[in-house]
Amino acid sequence: MPRKAMIKLKPRRYKKGDIISVLTVIIHPMETGMRKDKKTGKVIPAHYITDVEVYYGDDRITYMKTTSGLSANPFIEFKLKVDKTAPLKVVWKDNKGDITEKVVQIKV
Amino acid sequence: MNRRNFLKTTAVAVSLSAVSPLVNVRQAKADENKFKEAINKITGRKQPKPSSDVKLVVPEIAENGAVVPVRVIVNLPVEQVKAVHVFAKDNPNPYIFSVYFSPQNGQAYISTRIKLAKTTEVHALAELNDGTFLQAFKKVKVTIGGCG
Repeated sequence: MPRKAMIKLKPRRYKKGDIISVLTVIIHPMETGMRKDKKTGKVIPAHYITDVEVYYGDDRITYMKTTSGLSANPFIEFKLKVDKTAPLKVVWKDNKGDITEKVVQIKV
Repeated sequence: MNRRNFLKTTAVAVSLSAVSPLVNVRQAKADENKFKEAINKITGRKQPKPSSDVKLVVPEIAENGAVVPVRVIVNLPVEQVKAVHVFAKDNPNPYIFSVYFSPQNGQAYISTRIKLAKTTEVHALAELNDGTFLQAFKKVKVTIGGCG
């Protein structure tokens, strides 16, 4: 089941050769597997994102290995050098096999 | 409360307080080992060098341990930087994330938010393409822990 995710480019206006910021957020609980449900006393099973991959055109430009140490609804910001018109795709994978993809078009 | 009960409870309290520091020390040692293991797993037992080229930006005091902003910038050309790894020394699981860069990034920069269980040191390791590791760390005071 894909989750709600968002990609924002900063600044919104850019030209060829600029280095811009890419801000991403995904709605995800990031359960560590150590927390207990206060009502039932049962351990909430671990549920967190394990991989984040960024594709620009056909190339994988950034790869991130994450654990449950990231906060809930993880926010990730990285830099991107814009030098071609191509889609920028971010893929989040979690430990239950969920895959979420989000694409924005980069136009220069 | 009669005398017998009083003696009993104080005896228990005293013995408990005598034992607990021992337990704490043992706990701290286990945490330290866990942390070292986590780093060794990434570095392959190479000794990371402290460096001012790795800029780690964390708040000095974090009110909420569940959301602590962390920013790592490596002041070297991105072509030289392979990856950045982040650890929290006293977390139940010290290893937090790794990010692998490519020249297309333009700058070795990562900004995200992490969980901290208690007041601890946050370590950032930069892995360079020639196999060396650079290190930077900072202590973060946590008012409310964020791990459970």
